[in-house]
Amino acid sequence: MKELVIISGKGGTGKTSLVAAFASLAEKKVLCDADVDAADLHLIMNPDLKHRNDFQGGSKAIINKQLCTACGLCRDLCKWNAISHDFSVNSLDCEGCGVCVYFCPEKAIDFPVQICGQWFISNTRFGPMVHARLGIAEENSGRLVTLVRQQAKGLAEKNGAELIITDGPPGVGCPVIASIGGASAVLIVTEPTVSGDHDMERVAQLAGHFKVPAMVCINKFDLNPEQGIKIEQFSRDMGLTVLGRIPFDPVVTKAMVQGLTIFEYDKKSQSAQAIENIWGQVVAGI
Amino acid sequence: MIISIASGKGGTGKTTVATNLAVSVGSNVQILDCDVEEPNAHLFLDPVISETERITTPVPEVDEKKCTLCGKCAEICQFKAIIVIAETILTFPEMCHSCGGCLEVCPVNAISEKGRELGVIERGNRNGLEFIHGRLRVGEAMSPPLIRKVRSFTNPEMLTIIDAPPGTSCPVITSMKGSDFVLLVTEPTPFGLHDLMLAVEAVKVLGIAHGLVINRSDIGDRQVYDYAQKEAIPVLMEIPFSRNIAEAYSRGELIVDAMPVWREMFLKLYTRINQIVARG
Repeated sequence: MKELVIISGKGGTGKTSLVAAFASLAEKKVLCDADVDAADLHLIMNPDLKHRNDFQGGSKAIINKQLCTACGLCRDLCKWNAISHDFSVNSLDCEGCGVCVYFCPEKAIDFPVQICGQWFISNTRFGPMVHARLGIAEENSGRLVTLVRQQAKGLAEKNGAELIITDGPPGVGCPVIASIGGASAVLIVTEPTVSGDHDMERVAQLAGHFKVPAMVCINKFDLNPEQGIKIEQFSRDMGLTVLGRIPFDPVVTKAMVQGLTIFEYDKKSQSAQAIENIWGQVVAGI
Repeated sequence: MIISIASGKGGTGKTTVATNLAVSVGSNVQILDCDVEEPNAHLFLDPVISETERITTPVPEVDEKKCTLCGKCAEICQFKAIIVIAETILTFPEMCHSCGGCLEVCPVNAISEKGRELGVIERGNRNGLEFIHGRLRVGEAMSPPLIRKVRSFTNPEMLTIIDAPPGTSCPVITSMKGSDFVLLVTEPTPFGLHDLMLAVEAVKVLGIAHGLVINRSDIGDRQVYDYAQKEAIPVLMEIPFSRNIAEAYSRGELIVDAMPVWREMFLKLYTRINQIVARG
């Protein structure tokens, strides 16, 4: 079984639209949305929720005012300035390190585990999908990403699926690292802009750092062909596989507005043809 | 005054709005690029960098001669960054949140601190506009400590414009906490709307006044407008899709340089934000 993770560095380059398009083309697969912070794949997949589960993240400190003697030790120890002068914990600032809980001489600090989000197993018209919703302003996105990927893997094994297609988050930090570790390959979708170039270089370095083979495709290529060619050249120099170019095409947005994949909306469009070609190479490459 | 530019969804135009707004206001302005995973503001501002500082976070270093393998450090650590297996103590610096618990709890003072590199802070200037950004080391997972460091350069005597990362979790909250106003940049598509709704929830958690910029305002559908109206969130600016703007952006040009009429629009945006903040 293989796992392909779609990442980009820069946000808004078309990761989710591409994953949805691949869902139309791939056979015997499981879909996984690892962008738990701003998940969008469900807007196209229209999932039928089968299992809904709480995600337990870290713990947070709560001071019991009845037991607290206001000795101030917790305030001295807290590295996040999360404890106010009147000894209440600001949960947005609490890192969940538990140092105050451990050292409180009155044992006045509780440390309950937090429900930080939910994760789901669903059916879609393209097969099963694992997805999640991290709570607003929550931490531990990396752990939730790891969890949904494990669930997708378990589901794929159970169903005899050959491929997991994972929609990754933007950036290069914690959730991205959790998304790509141990994947068969990543596909970096970028755009021919100075930002797209800058950000794909960093995420390509990240894939290299974790020794995950990387492929590259450039969306909205004709917006700036010169920049696009520069990115392709850079990619080849770094030893990445360049898969192709997707033209700038308003049909992509129109399909999204209808909640459809590009192949459902207009499979004869230029962008659909380009994506079909890229998909053929992904299958061959992975 | 501190204005944060945020979005939920990536690629909606945060950096475009942040940089063009900063340049349009012109004097007594600083821009803090808090998208330390993928900082982009410098690509459009081309600042002269005058200072570069390597930023580290403290992680434990164990003196094995002193360590008695009592396991108290492993017990206090919530992040599995220090463990005792059989006759060995192991540290996993990349997991460490720098809480200092292990140092504090060690009965024989066997633990000291060393630095784990988070990334760099670069500071500079573009025609009087103060520029600060963080650049997370590739391979480093934790961005909030570096974001906090970027935020520490906030100058209360100036207008501070913060370019926040996408999403709604801890890096975004760390970036925009303590702002006077959050400008949410979105696009009128189902993805744009969905992520905007999450971003609005995040801003509400912090209790900060907010308004919208709708980018590529003529693509997609009208649902973002309906939502804004229903929630009484003011639409402060609309930027229609234009191939000229998209191409200028692709080359790293500011809209206000490529199409100078936009300078007035960004100044108007700034005036409207000021009015909202003044009303309180």
